[in-house]
Amino acid sequence: MAKQKQVAPEVHMIDVYVMGKRYQVPEGLTIMTALEYCGYRLIRGCGCRAGFCGACATIYNLKDDSQLRYDLACQKTIEPGMYLVQIPFFPSAKALYNLEEIEPTAESLLALYPSLLTCFGCNTCTKTCPQELEVMWFMSDALRGDIREVANRSFDCVMCGLCAARCPQGLVPYNIALLCRRLYGRYLAPTSQHLEDRIAGIETGKFDAELEELEKMSQDELHRRYAERDIEPAYTKQS
Amino acid sequence: MYPAYMGESIRKVEASRERRLEETRPRVGDQEKAALLTEFHPDFIKEGMRELLVGPNRGEPTPNEVAALLEGNSRVNPDKINLGKVDHDVDVLVIGCGGAGASAALLAQENGAKTLLVTKLRLGDANTVGAQAGTQAADRSNDSPAIHYLDTIGGGRFDNIPELVEALVRDAPSVIKWLEELGVNWDKNPDGSMHELSGGGASRLRLHSARDYTGLEEMRVLRDEVHNRCIDYLEFSPVIELVMDDKGQVAGAILVNLETNELTLVRAGAVIMATGGAGRLHIQGFPTTNHYGATADGLVLAYRVGAELIFMDTMQYHPTGAAYPVQILGQLVTEKVRTLGAQLVNAEGEQFIMSLEPRDVVASANIRECRHMKGITTPTGELGVWLDSPMIDLLRGEGTIARELPAMVRQFGRYNIDITKEPMLVYPTLHYQNGGIKIDPDGATTIPGLFAAGECMGGVHGRNRLIGNSTLDIFVFGRRAGKAAARYAREVKLGALTLDHVGKWQAELKEAGITESRPATPLLLPNYARQPDDYLADYARKTLSSGQIKVA
Ligand SMILES: Cc1cc2nc3c(=O)[nH]c(=O)nc-3n(C[C@H](O)[C@H](O)[C@H](O)COP(=O)(O)OP(=O)(O)OC[C@H]3O[C@@H](n4cnc5c(N)ncnc54)[C@H](O)[C@@H]3O)c2cc1C
Ligand code: FES
Repeated sequence: MAKQKQVAPEVHMIDVYVMGKRYQVPEGLTIMTALEYCGYRLIRGCGCRAGFCGACATIYNLKDDSQLRYDLACQKTIEPGMYLVQIPFFPSAKALYNLEEIEPTAESLLALYPSLLTCFGCNTCTKTCPQELEVMWFMSDALRGDIREVANRSFDCVMCGLCAARCPQGLVPYNIALLCRRLYGRYLAPTSQHLEDRIAGIETGKFDAELEELEKMSQDELHRRYAERDIEPAYTKQS
Repeated sequence: MYPAYMGESIRKVEASRERRLEETRPRVGDQEKAALLTEFHPDFIKEGMRELLVGPNRGEPTPNEVAALLEGNSRVNPDKINLGKVDHDVDVLVIGCGGAGASAALLAQENGAKTLLVTKLRLGDANTVGAQAGTQAADRSNDSPAIHYLDTIGGGRFDNIPELVEALVRDAPSVIKWLEELGVNWDKNPDGSMHELSGGGASRLRLHSARDYTGLEEMRVLRDEVHNRCIDYLEFSPVIELVMDDKGQVAGAILVNLETNELTLVRAGAVIMATGGAGRLHIQGFPTTNHYGATADGLVLAYRVGAELIFMDTMQYHPTGAAYPVQILGQLVTEKVRTLGAQLVNAEGEQFIMSLEPRDVVASANIRECRHMKGITTPTGELGVWLDSPMIDLLRGEGTIARELPAMVRQFGRYNIDITKEPMLVYPTLHYQNGGIKIDPDGATTIPGLFAAGECMGGVHGRNRLIGNSTLDIFVFGRRAGKAAARYAREVKLGALTLDHVGKWQAELKEAGITESRPATPLLLPNYARQPDDYLADYARKTLSSGQIKVA
């Protein structure tokens, strides 16, 4: 493809340990591609391969540094001496609810996730988050019923589950945050009148004639209309 | 961090920025577009395609990699399957849990069907979760379903099926509202109006987004709702063959547990195929933006029961896949970067295309620049052109990039590239399957009992899908198919289950003389694992139990 013929650069090999066993892999791979280089055919622990799905939660430390670290295997580049393990599944609690029947309040959150009250602020969740979100802070926002703030701060959560896996109190921050975002979208976000108007317009047949005309139109005419359609500027420049 | 040798080119990009802020590129006309595509678009490389030898689309050009799978051998020996022992007896079986499958399952259940949702990996491990830019719906006052229709048809090279496009643009605003009522957080202005953006080939600002995590937001909400409604589901259980009845209706499926190799038989009044795309086939050697399970399984399964496919000769190469660093090679740089104002520029710092043309045009232009030696070569030998992201903050004010593109900032930041200050190096990447299983506006395929929705179906996008129309079609046709399948399942009288179609298929392969040369399909997963040389003695191979599934 885009490849051009080139002399293969010298490959530097480094040691990593997969579930305790040593392998030598070329520098520059991600944890995920390194596992594959070692010969693992992944079934669990691999989804989007691009940092969006949270399937590839990984715990590691380094040969000379016992401090545990957390990351997404598909995004993190390997480092020499990594001791790696992936978390294929974690049994975390998910409350069942009917969004239409709950209110966007602290009481609702506590009723569905009573463990929220037991958070003692150790901040392990924040240190664990591979997205570097302020998990403990939005858990305290949740406790105060500030649903809007939880939604905002937790927005980039890929639900990898590492926060829940490490919480000593059994909280499931990622599911609590999801509940808050859903409550925000359903009840607290300002309504979009233009959307309501458009749906009503479609339902009352306001656009039927136009659409019908286009569907019946000759190819030539369609081409012409397409080429001549006016294009709204993508943006207006800041002055 | 970029290698030092790229510095000179980056300085040229910086130096031309002020001029380019004012400079506009002309729109590409019909003839110029045709010439550009023919010369540079991968769809037009003759050696990349061949005619199918068997099945309902026999004789039609199809990418080699897809053709090999469509002509594949079944994984099951019908004589060894006990169709008398049904494990799950349901009204509607939904195959695949991305956006299309999840919404189909919700609607099927809402319409009274006993529903089972089965999927290959986890719920939501799907292309949907990776969608960044947004979802189209014509809901602003200067816009209309008709304008959306025209944009879609023109973008699709005028080949789209009109009734499907009509359904798409008509349902779009209500899909946005449906998602919001389920709790999706759309980007909004303080007055409540949607914060909408433009997109390649769209003539109005029509893209609804949730930062640059739109698909993640849509998927995590729908998955949560599947849980809340207690819809039965099975993960790590891909379908390996559809089951029919003796009246020629699709009537269920055989699933395999990926970890234990155990089979499960499902009988269903109706089946909805929602298996997504084919990026992991790496057509013509391209890297891909797609998730691990995007291996065209649904096409294979549907084709084997006789369902017609449409537009299989066209794939979408997203103009901007990451070309550097190698760790994220081929991963998506969302079109939202261009939507917000970033231009594409070559090694000399010159613009060479209006950045918001439809994707086939922009991808072709990027390939042209590289072929004309106006690209940059990376240390691993990849080529790319610059996507000048820092322009966004100049155009829209400081802080825009951080606010609108957190995923991109994070992804490149991991490799010490600050996209608020430095451009991104990009090259086309395999992104989307434009064609697929032929459907009507209710998602019904050409075979009774089989419905399809989402990326595995074709027709609505013609030969080139526009940005934001896919995360729209999955909900439009997912919902329609869910409803229609529930209705169909209420009426249908199933006959005796059979796998006769598999026997017939194998006979057809034999007649064409290709049994030996074709793989066992569906593929299920790509194989990226480095493999030891084969050491098995023949007697060992025969006596080993099937054990763990041989996905290969
Ligand atoms: C990185 C990326 C960014 C994108 N950005 C946008 C965007 O901004 N806007 C837009 O409109 N579109 C975008 N798209 C396209 C769009 O996201 C997808 O086309 C769409 O989400 C597909 O949805 P789907 O439900 O049809 O398939 P998917 O979401 O892929 O779901 C298919 C499901 O089927 C399962 N499956 C596959 N085979 C089997 C089997 N044999 N048995 C059982 N299950 C199976 C898969 O595991 C998966 O769960 C993007 C795509 C990608 C990859
Ligand atoms: S595989 Fe999806 S985040 Fe890593």
